[in-house]
Amino acid sequence: MSAQVLTYVFVGLTFALYIAIAIWSRSASTQEFYVAGGHVHPVANGAATAADWMSAASYLSMAGIIAFEGADGARYLMGWTGGYVLLALCLAPYLRKFAKFTVPDFVGDRYYSQTARVVAILGVVFISFTYIAGQMRGVGIVFSRFLEVDIDLGVLIGMGIVFFYAVLGGMKGITYTQVAQYCVLIFAYLVPAIYISLMLTDVPLPMLGFGSTMNDGSGTFLLDKVDGLSQELGLSIFTEGSKSTIDMFFITAALMAGTAGLPHVIVRFFTVPKVRDARISAGYALIFIALLYTTAPAVAAFARLNIVDALDNRAYQDLPAWFSKWEDSGLLAWVDKNDDGLLQYRGGAALDPVKPRYSDTRGDLGERILKNQPTDNQNEVYIDRDIIVLAHPEIAQLPNWVVALVAAGGLAAALSTAAGLLLVISSAISHDLLRNTLARHLTDKQELRWARVSAAVAIIIAGLFGIYPPGFVAEVVAFAFGLAAASFFPIILLGIFSTRMNREAAIAGMLSGLIFTASYIIFFKFIAPEFNTAEYWWLGVSPEGIGTLGMILNFLVSFIVMQMTPPPPQEVQDMVRNIRIPR
Amino acid sequence: MSDQSEQEIVSPSDQPKQLSDDQAAYWRANVTTLLSLLSVWFLVSFGCGILWVDALNQYQFFGWKLGFWFSQQGAIYAFVILIFIYVVRMNALDRRFNVDEDQ
Repeated sequence: MSAQVLTYVFVGLTFALYIAIAIWSRSASTQEFYVAGGHVHPVANGAATAADWMSAASYLSMAGIIAFEGADGARYLMGWTGGYVLLALCLAPYLRKFAKFTVPDFVGDRYYSQTARVVAILGVVFISFTYIAGQMRGVGIVFSRFLEVDIDLGVLIGMGIVFFYAVLGGMKGITYTQVAQYCVLIFAYLVPAIYISLMLTDVPLPMLGFGSTMNDGSGTFLLDKVDGLSQELGLSIFTEGSKSTIDMFFITAALMAGTAGLPHVIVRFFTVPKVRDARISAGYALIFIALLYTTAPAVAAFARLNIVDALDNRAYQDLPAWFSKWEDSGLLAWVDKNDDGLLQYRGGAALDPVKPRYSDTRGDLGERILKNQPTDNQNEVYIDRDIIVLAHPEIAQLPNWVVALVAAGGLAAALSTAAGLLLVISSAISHDLLRNTLARHLTDKQELRWARVSAAVAIIIAGLFGIYPPGFVAEVVAFAFGLAAASFFPIILLGIFSTRMNREAAIAGMLSGLIFTASYIIFFKFIAPEFNTAEYWWLGVSPEGIGTLGMILNFLVSFIVMQMTPPPPQEVQDMVRNIRIPR
Repeated sequence: MSDQSEQEIVSPSDQPKQLSDDQAAYWRANVTTLLSLLSVWFLVSFGCGILWVDALNQYQFFGWKLGFWFSQQGAIYAFVILIFIYVVRMNALDRRFNVDEDQ
């Protein structure tokens, strides 16, 4: 069977599975809708957390980024896993003992302030929407490339599926679908990686394979071969970074603290029965996540070898079919600078501007003609990073069922994250904004109806973001972490570890962290992008890493304001002491 | 972590003062555990993976440069181990201070 038919089969089967699970696990109360009744098994919660966490970015983009950046990619690998240590040790068990439904619940109750609650609601909604736009776009890309439907139709199908199980099932439906989606996505990620690892090194585990010798009889280590080849072609050296140490440090810290402060991850720990389960559940989640994260750099190293092998000095008309398919999708491009009919893949950007702009005509060999100016270097090939994971099985000439599997895995990753985010948005509206702020008289049944309505509205807005992506989404998603690190993480942490921490300090700290981080980012990204280089950055910290400084500022301001204002009421101090004790 | 001498098992008391002393001791033990685990967390990631990565890259570890291995593999393995040490250690503390949830 062709890869396309198999893709239809796999995607159809997995979607049917998700719908069946949704029907089996409908929610009947707000308790079930928000936190799955609070009795999810810790292993199931770990798998659901992993699927919730690993988005289209982790699944589709990360290995591609590492393939091009090499050692600098470590900031994502460490940043997006190290945050779980902070979460498991410093936040999850205590928030479980607090035993409410949402992050704004905690902020509002701990800081005895409706203002703080509303600020938290705004933060949750903003972070979740910026994130979700990228997921819906990921769904659209997978559909358009593998099922050859329009990107917009792909987004609509994705919306329909999520609508079904998120609106019907709430957290209960989402949790068990996410467990299934985790299994699909990790299987789909590991199978091609194992295949390719065996092809190149004879070692089945990719995380060991990329530290082994090549099986071509040369006895050289795979990474040495990658580095040698890169040097020869003028590509960046894979095992060496180009970012400054201080910038790597600050970006990694911002991603870690941001991970621990993201509401859709925190809320997963409200769904387990006990404090002890919350602790172990974070451990399971990290094992499940680490399986993909330790494989990603191996996939990246393999991809660099395979791409050079498949493209460099090949004649355009001899290229395999995937090249022209991705060229049609606008994610690959070739400009024949020296008119030899062969592709030269070298260091540096091939085109100016970097992203291809196609004209309507085709060249003599059938290649798409570009409007971009060719650059002075010898590189003739543009490769979008996002295609590495999706195209790698085809590049390595793996069987069709593996190619089809990867598409189903990408959809699982994007849909599971989208559903988790939608639930957070819906509970922020129905529970935090309506029940706890504007309309306190709501009965449980009315609140549940509002929860479903807001989930439905949120899906429609998210779908519109996917169909009409605002240009700034890609910029903003990376900074959702910086903002979470500079706002939520410090005030939740201090709220647990300091009984003296009070309302005034929390509001002052959160505002100073947010305003500082947001202005730095807005200045360098939107007002004066021409100054966005290391020599103008404050202390050499890029906008990506500035959340760490915002977080430090938040802590400092909180400490100072705390000393000058009265301590929190006795019952709040008692509550803090109470959540520190499991029983 | 090992500096806590074996205390006799604290029994739950009706006196609030006694209870809060026990709770304070439990909380101190908890914070000590956290700080020691978080120092390891910092050393493997920010230390070996970022600050000393160039120095460690002088050494070869199987097919990897050592610093590169820490930043792309080793730190992640260490994170997983740290969480499980934390779980075992906290469950023991819960029992010792008689605050575990099974009773």
